[in-house]
Formats: sequence, structure tokens, C-alpha cells
Amino acid sequence: MQDSPSALQQIKLHLPSIRLEVIDEIALVIFDQEGKKVNTLSTSLSPQFEEVIHYLKSSLTSKAVVIISGKADNFIAGADIGELLAASGSDEAQLFSQNGQKLFRQLAQLKQPVIAAIHGACLGGGLELALACDYRIASDSPKTSFALPEVLLGLLPGAGGCQRLPRKIGLTNALPMLLSGAPLNPRKALSLGLVDYLTFPENLRDFAISVAKRLLAEPTLFKRKKKRSLTSMMESLPWGRDFILKKARQQVLKKTRGLYPAPEAIIEVVAYGLKEGMDKGEGKESEEFARLSQSEHFRSLASLYFAQSDLKKNRFGQPEHPTEVLGVLGAGLMGAGIAGVSIQKNFRVRLKDLSLDSLGKGEKYVWEMLKPKIQRKSLSKFSAEQMFARLQAQITYENFQQCGLVIEAVFEDLELKKRMLAELEAVCPADFVFASNTSAIPISAIAAGCKHPENVVGMHYFSPVPQMPLLEIIVTKQTSPRAAALAVDVGIRQGKTVIVVHDGPGFYTTRILVSFMDEAAEVCREGVSPLRLDALMQEFGYPVGPMTLIDEVGIDVSFHVAKELAEQLGPRVSSGDTRVLAELLARKSFGKKSGSGFYLYNHKKLSLGQKLGLQKKPKNKVLNPFAEELLKKFQSTPAHASSDDDIKKRLAYRMINEAVFCLQEGILDRPLDGDVGAVFGLGFPPFLGGPFRYIDTIGARKFVDELQRLVEIRGEIFKPCALLDEYARSGKKFYESNSSE
Amino acid sequence: MKVATTTPQRTPVIIDGVRTPFMRSHKAYDALSAYELGRLALQGLLAKTRLDPGAVEQLTMGTVIHDPTASNIARECLLGADLPAAIPAFTVSLACISSNVAATTLVDMINLGRIEVGIFSGVDTCSDPPIRVSGKMRRVLAHLGQMKGPKDMGKHWPLLSTVRPRDFKLDIPQVVEFSNGKSMGQGAEYLARQKSVSREQCDGYALRSHQLAAKAQAAGIFTDYIVPVFIPPHFRPLASDDGPRGDSTLEQLAKLRPAFDRYFGVCTAANSSFLTDGAGAVLLMSQERAQREGLSAKAIIRDYIYRAGEAHREMLSGPALTIPLLLHKNGLSIADIGVWEIHEAFAAQMVANLAYMKDDAFAQQRLGLERAPGEIPLEKINSWGGSLALGHPFGATGARLLYTAAERLQREQCRFAVVSGCAAGGHGSAILLENPDA
Repeated sequence: MQDSPSALQQIKLHLPSIRLEVIDEIALVIFDQEGKKVNTLSTSLSPQFEEVIHYLKSSLTSKAVVIISGKADNFIAGADIGELLAASGSDEAQLFSQNGQKLFRQLAQLKQPVIAAIHGACLGGGLELALACDYRIASDSPKTSFALPEVLLGLLPGAGGCQRLPRKIGLTNALPMLLSGAPLNPRKALSLGLVDYLTFPENLRDFAISVAKRLLAEPTLFKRKKKRSLTSMMESLPWGRDFILKKARQQVLKKTRGLYPAPEAIIEVVAYGLKEGMDKGEGKESEEFARLSQSEHFRSLASLYFAQSDLKKNRFGQPEHPTEVLGVLGAGLMGAGIAGVSIQKNFRVRLKDLSLDSLGKGEKYVWEMLKPKIQRKSLSKFSAEQMFARLQAQITYENFQQCGLVIEAVFEDLELKKRMLAELEAVCPADFVFASNTSAIPISAIAAGCKHPENVVGMHYFSPVPQMPLLEIIVTKQTSPRAAALAVDVGIRQGKTVIVVHDGPGFYTTRILVSFMDEAAEVCREGVSPLRLDALMQEFGYPVGPMTLIDEVGIDVSFHVAKELAEQLGPRVSSGDTRVLAELLARKSFGKKSGSGFYLYNHKKLSLGQKLGLQKKPKNKVLNPFAEELLKKFQSTPAHASSDDDIKKRLAYRMINEAVFCLQEGILDRPLDGDVGAVFGLGFPPFLGGPFRYIDTIGARKFVDELQRLVEIRGEIFKPCALLDEYARSGKKFYESNSSE
Repeated sequence: MKVATTTPQRTPVIIDGVRTPFMRSHKAYDALSAYELGRLALQGLLAKTRLDPGAVEQLTMGTVIHDPTASNIARECLLGADLPAAIPAFTVSLACISSNVAATTLVDMINLGRIEVGIFSGVDTCSDPPIRVSGKMRRVLAHLGQMKGPKDMGKHWPLLSTVRPRDFKLDIPQVVEFSNGKSMGQGAEYLARQKSVSREQCDGYALRSHQLAAKAQAAGIFTDYIVPVFIPPHFRPLASDDGPRGDSTLEQLAKLRPAFDRYFGVCTAANSSFLTDGAGAVLLMSQERAQREGLSAKAIIRDYIYRAGEAHREMLSGPALTIPLLLHKNGLSIADIGVWEIHEAFAAQMVANLAYMKDDAFAQQRLGLERAPGEIPLEKINSWGGSLALGHPFGATGARLLYTAAERLQREQCRFAVVSGCAAGGHGSAILLENPDA
């Protein structure tokens, strides 16, 4: 065997977060932040980094530099957002950016070749650092990913990333990364030229040293032939770049509706940098970075980011006996969706339904979830088959004893759910946890009369399960901490953002959604077209309008929930006026799934000409004429305020007010759960940060005044809840500090 | 030492073995099928021993590349060699350790008293690969075969109409893992990087294998063991392997380009085993029966172990996964073993596996042993050359290794030998032999 490299190893610098060793004339810079699981770039790092650069500049013995992480599965996960939030103002924020730019410039200007050896997450500032190196080698591990996620926080990459990325991989490849924040896997990064070589995750350090030695002997090793393509030609010409940028601006505007400033700023910074050169580009980059960092957008999005990472921890603690096997009852869209998500996260799933035919449909649905991943090559067919083998479809309760947690996803019928629970209690050991995937039936009602009510929880998934990030877990007064811990553990391992709420009619999400929908229905009955209403709410920032949402949820489901909550919670949540929905149901208009609801969905059969692109495809949604008729038939008088602004506020504020009621009544334990639930479950505009963050932003006083004004227009249902009044009087905020760390 | 012994009635011993010359694929055996090679080996074995063929109670044969027309190739070879039809024969397949399985299956039968005499063998040829039409075309052709006339067209048209130009692409078998599509070469590079194996180490090891093989060849060590074959149509005789290149130099080897990774690869055509055609067969018997027949035993097969690791990462770690456990189980240390025969898939794989033998962390984490067995003295490993030089007809290599180990035990007068190999899918095999006379 070779001599161990440690023979000639010398530790040159030992700083709290960076070590510098020299091995065989190769300087090894090891990022290893003390006391942290992952490396992040923070202000305390800057002087250390500067010291390293200083050493390397003057060192005669280090002929090449390798930058590597000392952490297990993580390179550098980005900059410390908390520090930026705490920055006192625009100038300090700009300094953050300029500091990073300066350090990375010095790194790029080192005379020695610098190689970044990357395994694990290489995100944000970490990727900007890697881009300032001469070469990048990376592990081909699934844990390795490259992303500039700043845009998701309403920021832009402020340490030279907007300059170096387009120069490295080309404008056309750089823009999607910068504008979506989506991660690249190692293979994709290699094919784009972002990394020069892929290796195995193990023994990366020794390999990187041998790469450095080889590069000293053969500097052109990684030189690639420039691909001649139309895009590369366009990118090399000013008018070509302008064209690409113009197209990007159009697409961004279409997507953001002008509500998000960060993507537009990124395009401008990139454009400016390509036109005026790196130095001026960096100048504008730090200016825009500072401007964005002072926006409410950034604060709201960052608070959601912190909330999401906070929710990755199980607040009930790690379960003593976590389960590896899940039972799922019902192979419909929800059941199969839950099963499909679970097998991808290494759970074994026993999926039970009444007939082999229904199970077949469930199996098909799960396979259809895996198929696009195979086509995108993010999953090999073989691995998909291994995952699929973890799904056991069955019509009996055979071996359900193995399941630590059983989730029922049968029809929304209390008696049926109670029967499922009773059947399972006869089969499963006494300590199995029963979770109901109901959207509105109170969990305590399901648990009533069962043997072990302490083992019953609600696990409210959102449809479609694979796409929707939220899971609302409902605990009753009787639910034991053990059962809650187990359910939260399963949800987190399924990759969901889990909020825990207390039992009550409609729990949290359904309850505030119904109040929102109720107002939407009223607005429509007052003569506002569903098309206009949907457009208005999208302007407010919702991803889809309420009437489209009703169609997607299903007219039948909406009808039942509206009736149920009207009975249990009264007109503030639901007026109980379900006449329009009832008539739609009588006509078998169940919403999108049946082809018609408030809109028509089966008009999409395209003519031949449309298919071939000769004729224009119908773009806009088509209203269901029957629904229009119904809205006229049951028109309510008098029409209330109907200015655009008032309509938006009527819907959004009713939802927000109801969210505060949930906090007041103890459905919610803390505002954080409420904000996360509304944003990730219901599409509440993320840049507003959620209902509670929104009240904090505009001030409780002002919000209460607005509600009072709406009370005059719409009546008592807009009466602010007592807790809001209290906050308005005292000037208290739901979030005490800037961040919710 | 806690090597378990059995009664002579139930102790399997190696009596004799033969193999055809191992030839680089697409060369001398270009026109021969696997069936023909296997037949020649069996015929050679029975010619060499004075045992009545009717005494054989079971034939097993290992193979990797299956000829669909002779799917139980063991039986076809047996009949083709004109052995008594009453001998049952079956084929086993476990990639590069297929004939190890053929051997240990007979070992169990003798251990259990089911049989007294058996032949294990192995065969493979890469000169005659079962190249298939694409999966779609296979279905199409099957449908066409079912068609009785033009009136059936309507029934089959839905499938026939979906044929596209890409469906005419042929399906050529490759040396890659079915489950992850990784080639053996990539597996070797992975191992090399794990253990920081250098190109120089690989070339050095490969050169050693070639020089030892050439030396053994020149000394006539293989003449007893190789059955000469006559290759039709001219029936040219062939009596020695064409793999060994004793005159290679390190400088020549260093010039070759890496085969699997042009940047940092250490595996080249010269330090990897090459595609080879060949067959081998070994006569196994209970010790007591051998005494009765007046045949001398070369080696006792004492114990064996199979293990599988992870298909991708441990594709070629078979020896590291099995040898330490076999030694531990039998209370043996490296010093007790005089003869090592380890399959050389790649020089990098050998160097890395030998490094794992010394890796305590690996032994603890992967094998649950307190410490690794230690360093195997290189001079005791494959001293007559290995697969890198002699070639590697997949299914036949195990038979070659087992018989070579038995021969070496006799010549070198050692007590124990270990035979080991790695196989696709992350498998490993290790077999313990003991010299009956030592």
C-alpha cells in the first residue's frame, strides 16, 4: 500500500471553524464549524477565512489548495440567515454581501490552483464559494446537491453568485438555477459543467489531494471542448443575451404576477453584470441584496423557513419504538398517496381495501407516482421496483400486527371510521396507533367508545398527497404523548412539514378554509363572477383562486364540510347556505373530478388543429353556465362592498380572523403552526408569512380597524376576536423577535 | 484451531481435475460453443482417471452466460461426452463463483451421505454470446409465429403497428450489474479509490501474475492438468493457455490508457482480467470410497462460506467479506494457511481486497469481528499466476482455483489452503482445503 499521506502532514492553522493542513505541498482547507452539525457562512468566519487566504498568499510550500468540509454529509449549507435578519439596516446588509464578495474574490485570485471537494449539500454561499475555486470535484452521492436557494427567501445570491454562475455554466443554464432555487443532482451538475469530475463519497479527502497533485502536473486535465450550440452562440452575442433575458423577464412576470421582487432583481443583476463586467456587477449585486434584505418579503419568507426547520424536530421527542411498517386503509387517492409517499421513505406499507380491483387502482396510482421520477432519471427503474416491493396490497388484516401505526383513508363517514377502528383493535396489539385521515370529523368522536382512545390521533393529509408539503396532526385531550410522538415521527420521516393542532370541528386548516370559502360563495352570490374573484385572490397572492379550489377539493366535500361546520361553529365560520352546492350536486357536478363544477373541465378535448398547434388552444377557464345560472338564482341582496380591494380583504381577513380564533380557543398552541398550516396547506401567500405574521406586519391595531369597517359592511361575522382586540390595545405582537429561531 | 472433521465416509476429497486451455475470446475457440468446451473437459477428466464412469452419481456445472438452447448445459455436456445417461446433471449459476457453488453442492451431498462420487465443473465462452433482438422484437416475433394466416392480422396488428426503428437494436449482454447498471470496471475503480490504490500498484500486481503464469507454463506445471483439445474443422491441437505474457514490462503497462475512467482510472486492459473461453472439471469423492477404489486424494474440502454485500459498493469485495469469517469460524490465522488461490478479476480489486484484510474497522463494522486477519504473504497467493494472466472463463474459474489449490497443497507440502473469489451482485465465496497427508 501507499504510504499514508499523514507522514508528511503538518497542521498550519487551527481556527475555530477552519483548519489548514499541508500535506505533500497541498494545502488542505477544512471547514468544520465548531459546535454545529452543518457548516454555514457567518460573520465570525470572515476573519478566519481571511487568515487562511493570507497564509496561502504568502505560503511557498503549498502548491495547490483543496477546500473540503469536515462534516459528515455536508459541504457548506449557505449563509447564516439569522445574522442577516438581525442586521440593523440596509448598510449593514450590504456589508455582508460585500464582505463575501471580497473574500471569494481573494480566493479566486490565489495563484495556486484551488479545488473544491464537495460531498453533501453545497448551497447558497457554499456554492458561491465553490464557484470561486478553479475546479470542483464532487461525490456522486444522493446527499450531494447544488443550489442557490436565496430566491426562495426573497433574496439573491450576494457573494458573487449572480456573476460567477452565468459565466461558469452559461446564461441559459444559470437562470433557472438562480430563479427557481431548485437543486441540481451531481450528474446534472457534471453535465452542465458546474463540476469537473464526480467521484465516490468515501475517501474524498485523499482522492482530492491526488487530484491536486495531478492538476499541478497536468493543468489542462479538466479542460473541456466548448460545445458549439445555438444557445452558446446566442449567449456570446449582446443581442442574443438581451433576447434570452427578455424571455426570462416575461416568464418571471407571468409566474410571480409582480408579487415577488427577488426574481426580477436577479435578472437585472445578471444582465448588468454581463454587460458591465464583474466588478460593476458585484456592486449592483450587493446593492440589490441590501434592498431585498430590508423587505418584508424576506422577513416573512425567512420566518417560514425557520418555522419549517423548527418543525423538522419532533416536539414530543423521539418515539421509543419508531415504526417501520405502516398500515393504510383505503386505496383511493388519499390512501394510495400516503402509501406511495411512505414507501419512498423506506417504510413498508400494508395497504388494505375491500376488493382486489380497488387495490389494483391504488397500485397503479403509486406506480404512476414513481414513473415520472424514472423518466426524469432521478430514480432508476430498479430502485423504483425495490420501493414498490415495500407496498403490500391486501384485502385482509393479515399481519397488521406489524403496523405500529395504521392510517385510515376511507370515506368521510363517522360510523365507517368507528368500525375500522373497532376492527383494528380486534387484530392489532393494544399499543398500535390509529390515525384518521379525516379533514373535518372530530377525532374525539371517532375515538368515542373505543378501547384505547389514548392511541387515536388525526393525520390530515392534503390532496394530492405527494405534492402537498403539509401534514396536520390532530391530538385529542386523551391522546397520549407516546401516540403523538409516533405519529409526528412518521409524518416527519414521510418528508412532510408537520403541525400539531388540537381537536375541534374542522381542526385548524379546514376551519379557516371554510370561512374563506364561505365568503367566496357570498361574494359570488352578490354577482361577482368566479373568474373575477379567482383573479383577484391570485393578485392577493394565492396560487389558485377560491372557486377553482372548491372545484379541486370537490363540490361534495365542500358541501358536507360547509354544512357540518355551520352546525358546529355557526355563521362566523360557515353560513350554511349550501343551496348552490346542493343543486350542483344534484346535477352530478362534483367539481374537477367529474368534469364540471363552477368551471367546465371536459371542454379540453382539443380539435385536431389545436393539437397540431395550427389553432390556438383555449387558454382561459370556461365557466359552467349552469353554475352561473345558480349563482343568479340564489343571488343575495343587498350586494356588499365590491371594490377589488374590499373583496380581497373580505376573503383574506375572514380567514385570518378565524385563525386567531383558533389560537384563542387553544386549537393552535402557537402562531407558528398557524402560519405554516395556512401557507403550506392552503396556499396563503408565502411572502406575507402566514396569518399571524401578516397581522404583525400591518399591526394588530390597523387590522382590527379594518375588521371593524368590514363589520359595518358585512355584519357581525367580521367581529374581531377578543385576542385580537387585546393585541390591538397592548400593541403586542405574535412573534416577539425578528425571527422565530 | 477448531477445524471440524467428519468421518471418512462423509469427507469429500478432490481426486483429479482437468481443464481445457483457457483462450482469449474470439481467438482459438471462436467457432466453439460452451457446450463443446464443457464436453471436452468432461471427456478429458474421465480419460485421466481410471474410475468407471458408471460410478459417478452426480454432475454439477457452473456457467454464467447461458445458451438458451442448452439451458441445462450440464446435462448436454454429460450426454455429449458420452457419459452414462443414468448420471443426473444440473447447472448452477452464481456469476464468477458458479463452479464454487457446483463444488460446494457436491460437498454437502457427500457430507450428508447422499452420494459418494460426483463431478463438479464449469464452463463459459464469450465468443458465442447469446445476442438477442430487443424485448419488443421478441414479442413481435412471437406474435408473428402464432399467426396462422392473414386473417389473424387484426388480432396482432395492435402490437405489430408499434414497432419502431429503435426496436431493431440488438440486446448484447454486457458485464454490468442488472440492478444498477454499474460495470465491473466501475466497481473496481470504486474499490481502488476506497483504498487509495495507485496505478503503479495495479500494474505491478498484474505484471507479477503474468510472470508467475509464464514461469509455471514454462516449467510444465499445467501439462498434467490441461487436456489438449483439437479444434475443428482442421483439428489443430491446442495444449496451452494463450493469456500469460511473461515478456511484458512495467513501462509497457504504464503506457496504456485507463479503460473505465479517463481522468483518474487505475484499471487498464492489461491489469484487468480479459474475456476468456474455457472449461474445467474436477472429480470429488468421499475419502472412504477413494481408499476403496485405490485413488489418492489431493485435498479435503473442509468448510466453506458464502456472503453477499451491497451490489454496487461491494461488487468486488468477495474475498474481504468471506476469508476473515472462514478463518475465524475454523480458528485459523493467516499463518496457518500455506496456499492462497484468490480470483483476480482486476489488479485493483486484488490490491484493495488485500488491504481490507488488514483493515480492523472494516472487520468490525462489516463482519462483526474484533480484528482483521492481517497481511497475507504475497508469495503464497496465486503463485502459478492468476486470472489476470490465465484468463477468466467465468463459470470455469472456480474449478481451476480449487484444483490448483489442491495441486499446490501437494507440491508445496502445506496443510491448509483457502480458495476465494468475488462475484457480481456483491457475492463472495471462501473454501477451506486441507492436505490429507500433512
